[in-house]
Amino acid sequence: MTFKALTAIALVAGLSAPLAMAGGADDDTMVINDETEMVTKTAAPAHLDGAVDEVISGWHFRSDETQSLQLDDFDNPGMIFVDQAMDVWNTAEGSEGKACADCHNDPAETMVGVKATYPKWNEEAGEVRTVQMQVNDCRVNRMGAEAWKYDAGKAVSMEAMISLHSRGMPMSVAIDGPAAAMWEKGKEMYYTRTGQLELSCANCHEDNYGNYIRADHLSQGQINGFPVYRLKNAKLNGVHSRFKGCVRDTRAETYSPGSEDFIALELYVASRSNGLSVESPSVRN
Amino acid sequence: MASGVKPRVKVPKKAGAGDAITIKTLISHKMESGQRKDKSGNVIPRSIINRFTCDFNGQNVVDVTLEPAISTNPYIEFESTVPEAGEFKFTWYDDDGDVYETTKKIAIG
Repeated sequence: MTFKALTAIALVAGLSAPLAMAGGADDDTMVINDETEMVTKTAAPAHLDGAVDEVISGWHFRSDETQSLQLDDFDNPGMIFVDQAMDVWNTAEGSEGKACADCHNDPAETMVGVKATYPKWNEEAGEVRTVQMQVNDCRVNRMGAEAWKYDAGKAVSMEAMISLHSRGMPMSVAIDGPAAAMWEKGKEMYYTRTGQLELSCANCHEDNYGNYIRADHLSQGQINGFPVYRLKNAKLNGVHSRFKGCVRDTRAETYSPGSEDFIALELYVASRSNGLSVESPSVRN
Repeated sequence: MASGVKPRVKVPKKAGAGDAITIKTLISHKMESGQRKDKSGNVIPRSIINRFTCDFNGQNVVDVTLEPAISTNPYIEFESTVPEAGEFKFTWYDDDGDVYETTKKIAIG
């Protein structure tokens, strides 16, 4: 290769690099296992009127290499944990000698669409429940087993396995009726500045998505892909743990995973994802 | 046996004779490096997969030495030519002496 050609290549590389860094969401399309086409960009739900016009999956803000990991179940490291949860699903535990499978049979039939509607108002309990809370309710009251710690390994793997059976379905979390009070609480948290840095969720994920905060590419903070496999810690991460990380980054005292505050926030943030496909388990950096 | 170890392999069901195919393998394994310490300051002993091999009808395709810097759940992807119908045999060797094996058949067509 001549010197001239080399220089030309160097020039092109030099020019394209900053362009690639500049940006908002890319225009890739997500098709999982060459068959399931996913909705990763769609018109924002009505309650976001005036805030954002379009809701965009966090997938669009990641590099091509990270994106591709989510396109094939073999490449998706989150599936390791889904497999582990499937083993737990079939294993009897607790004083009643029951496994999840004894009541709920095959999750591929019984858990379809569950994740898309959670967090959800539970009439009997009179509270808004997340998937993990519902699982723990089963464990304690029906199996006579110990409740899992919130967002701990097994709990988050089970949530991912249950969520997988809603993959490709649009998020449709109910925000009216008895859940409305929790939703309002979550909304207020979303827009309230906290911590020494005085940042609200909205400052990063509504006002500045697509921009960089130091080396991190800000997304809209959509949670349609949770639990998410993160390359940084090589495991599945629950949404409350992610919230905790964000609140900590504002240099505030955080709430605990599983607390009422985070349940409210999860309900509100999940409702911002309404219309996007459930992606769990997704892959991010 | 280290806990939670499960090998996975993805091989096309068939290929043209002489074609190069892509093989993907992944084994769930904690790959403890031996460099970390627990809360009381004791070194957590090394426990990794140290070797991976793939053979096709008895002929070696790839033989990999894995080192402690390789992260958890090692994923190995490689290409192989398929001269004839037969069977791929995959073998992972654990530090603790365990050997995990799995096989995949491939047809010509």
